[in-house]
Amino acid sequence: MKDEAKSNDVRVGVFICDCGSNIAGYLQMKELVDYAKNLPNVVFVQESLYTCSEGGINGIKEAIPREDLNRVVVASCTPRTHEPLFMSACEEAGLNPYLFEMANIRDQCSWVHMREGEKGTERAKGQIAMAVSKAAKLRPLNRIQLSLFHRAVVIGGGISGMSAAMALGNMGYEVDLIEKQDKLGGLLNGLNMILPANEPPSNLVNDLADRLKSNPNVTIHTKSEVKKVEGYVGNYAVALSEDSRETQVQAGIIIVAIGGRVFKPEGLFGYDGKKVVTLLELEEMLRGRRVPDAKKVVMIQCVGSRCEERTYCSRICCMTAVKNSILLKEANPDISVTILYRDMQMYGVENEDMFRRSKEMGVRYVTYDPDRPPKVEPGQVTVYHLRMGKQINVPADLVVLSTPLVAQEDAGDISTMLKVPVNENGFFLEGHVKLKPLDFATDGVYLCGNARFPSTIREAVAQGLGAASRAAGVLSKEALFTSGIVADISPETCCGCLGCLKVCPYGAINYLDEQGVCEVNKVLCKGCGGCAATCPSGSARLDGFSNEQIYAQIEQALAG
Amino acid sequence: MDMSRCTACGACAEKCPTKVPNEFNFGLDERKAIYKDYAQGIPSVYTIDPNACRVMQGQKCGVCAKVCQAKAIDYEQQPSEVELNVAAVIVSTGYELFDATQISEYGYGRLANVISSLEMERLLSAGGPTKGHLTRPSTIRGEARLKEISKLIKKAEKSEDPNDMTRLLEEQKRLEEQIHKYHTAKKLGFIQCVGSRDFRFHKYCSSYCCMHSIKEAIIAREHEPETESYIFYMDLRTVGKGFEEYKLRGARVSGLKYIRGRVAEILQDDDLNPIVYYEDTEQRRVVSMTLDMVILANACSAPKGIGKVAELLGLELEENNFVKTHPNTPLDTNVPGIFTCGCAQGPLDIPESVAQASSAAARAAETVMTGGRALAV
Repeated sequence: MKDEAKSNDVRVGVFICDCGSNIAGYLQMKELVDYAKNLPNVVFVQESLYTCSEGGINGIKEAIPREDLNRVVVASCTPRTHEPLFMSACEEAGLNPYLFEMANIRDQCSWVHMREGEKGTERAKGQIAMAVSKAAKLRPLNRIQLSLFHRAVVIGGGISGMSAAMALGNMGYEVDLIEKQDKLGGLLNGLNMILPANEPPSNLVNDLADRLKSNPNVTIHTKSEVKKVEGYVGNYAVALSEDSRETQVQAGIIIVAIGGRVFKPEGLFGYDGKKVVTLLELEEMLRGRRVPDAKKVVMIQCVGSRCEERTYCSRICCMTAVKNSILLKEANPDISVTILYRDMQMYGVENEDMFRRSKEMGVRYVTYDPDRPPKVEPGQVTVYHLRMGKQINVPADLVVLSTPLVAQEDAGDISTMLKVPVNENGFFLEGHVKLKPLDFATDGVYLCGNARFPSTIREAVAQGLGAASRAAGVLSKEALFTSGIVADISPETCCGCLGCLKVCPYGAINYLDEQGVCEVNKVLCKGCGGCAATCPSGSARLDGFSNEQIYAQIEQALAG
Repeated sequence: MDMSRCTACGACAEKCPTKVPNEFNFGLDERKAIYKDYAQGIPSVYTIDPNACRVMQGQKCGVCAKVCQAKAIDYEQQPSEVELNVAAVIVSTGYELFDATQISEYGYGRLANVISSLEMERLLSAGGPTKGHLTRPSTIRGEARLKEISKLIKKAEKSEDPNDMTRLLEEQKRLEEQIHKYHTAKKLGFIQCVGSRDFRFHKYCSSYCCMHSIKEAIIAREHEPETESYIFYMDLRTVGKGFEEYKLRGARVSGLKYIRGRVAEILQDDDLNPIVYYEDTEQRRVVSMTLDMVILANACSAPKGIGKVAELLGLELEENNFVKTHPNTPLDTNVPGIFTCGCAQGPLDIPESVAQASSAAARAAETVMTGGRALAV
């Protein structure tokens, strides 16, 4: 009954925009104005040349108190570009911004019906009437203000995680850097030399580690693992086991930099870790100055990658193989090095340079056909030479297998704890492959380095800094606000079927075990309405797009 | 144009009487003297081409000022210099498409149906000159010429010069036949490493071209199911996340054929079909193939103006004129406080460019927030 009474008091103001000649050039504006004036609940109508101009906006702001408007409808262009502007005009005039509705009579009407102005005008009337009907049913909504911890947790102390922590620390945010091993550096700790920097990786790792240690904002947790994550953007509680002690840290954002690991080619090409080794094992030999007494080295590329189990190309193995061929040749020019490959992935300037240099030093390249893979035999490798069209034997006393980086063993656990997805290969899945490479679809969690996909040092450093930059976008705010347009689930009628939880792309729905119902986290909800459309019992609804409001629009459309 | 007033309604361009070749679409269609490169351009405002605008060339017109209800047209606008006080600078000047006319054996600019990768992008774009349809450039230009010819024929009728008339009618007949016969490009050849991995031009690999050729071939096939595409490559560098899978899908779903071999020369037959001569290294033979259209994967070149920028800022460039960076500090230039990202520092694909842009912003933020103390990474 109370709602009834309220809706009787509805006073709608309709603002109709000419958009220069974009709308007024095709539709009969005067007719629209007269029509709008006669719609139920409409008490004021104004036409302007550009409602989005300063004059137009002031028109809205002045009319709200003067005409005692409690709903505003703008009939103009697209909400995609202009809704925020009109909503803030309402807010500035003291009206709840969610008591605003837009009718797109330009993109969806005058532009489409340029050659049929009369019919177009009729259609625009329908659109305005629908917007007015919905406006009458609108309820004020609130943006909730959230507290925000201005601190960060970086999971993983490899080169990308270290770079991220360093950047955030320098920007003035407190950072907890969590590393499983007893020291920072990750995969780089196992490498011998890095090219084209031409130095041992320890230079880079130690320099960065020293600066992290001396940065008062950065706390390094070694021998630590993440055990549990609770919360959401702005408010995370991360439980750690640090050197077997349980602790907890709080953070506003989390960066996933857990890296990857090298695939062990058990059972492939006679792998034994002695005469047939992986690239990483060769690096270890070279680093320990245990230069193999081998005189004839054969490297095989794409061992365990670009195959059925792992379709992806691991990006960095070709350049690593070429680097090692150069280092072997530099140490002993008499060593023969043959690289059996499918495509040499030496993209960019530096890699191609390195590739050329290795050829100048006499490294031999042989293309092989994955359908006729090389065979490792005692003292030699036989391979079908794709360019010569025949089988050749390459003498070998050391065979190096270039195996891909694969996802970290605990990638699945981290993914579950943070409610962020991994792809079919276990690498973390970014929000958008091209445009949001370092964000997740879920706010507040970011990714970088090999956890995302195999990367060079150059790329891992850049991604670490980039993830820090994305995170700083949240941390630099004083507080967070939720949108008013969010979903809600009524616990009285929810049957706990989990339909909503499965369709939510933002991880915003939790299942409450004890009550047996689902609940929306309004902070993470983006208002897409997937849950409301899926819910079989009508328990999930989207504020600002309730069934009542949408039915009002539909009824109006059918009535006209 | 007063940017603060223009609402990008487009009335000005609609009424502007002056048409010039549209350089954004590589001259494959025309634009007005007042124009916007493309619908989604930012900032979304129109601009006046001073070399084409009648008013700015001292002639009578002023139509755009008359129709502009927002009063945004200002013919008197002058370039202005603005001084900004900043703590950090990011150089993200991008790249320039390698000029393929330098490779005379590929006939770019000479052969009608040999185009650059970016021309292909415009042809495939729904907002492009053909609205996404793969019309052969010879047809597009032929159609434009046919329009001219009908005008010329009318003129010739008046002048009553029989020679002129015969010549025009012959050309008209020939063009009509040609356009009718080969309208849509359905058999496409993509040539990789055009200017890249080539000692005469750029020794480096341009990183992204393998993927854009595959993408263009897949989109062409989605638009026209009869499309056949051949990609001539040295190494197919599908190194990014999901790239190898995309390449396989191209072969499986879109029927792309990957041919490992470098194209030596392109000629054309009487119907303006390009013929490519190449070595198929997997078949170990030298062969030729006649195609409807050839798309060159132009290399990523440093922009010509980068020398000036470098001089102004005191930046060190590497031998290819990309901004020099160290592999361990990929965003830092030789000048503290000046950072770089994207193709300015070397060829990059979109995800890596976007990631680098964020990281350059992080370096700038560190500099600003620490008052310069964080300059060493």
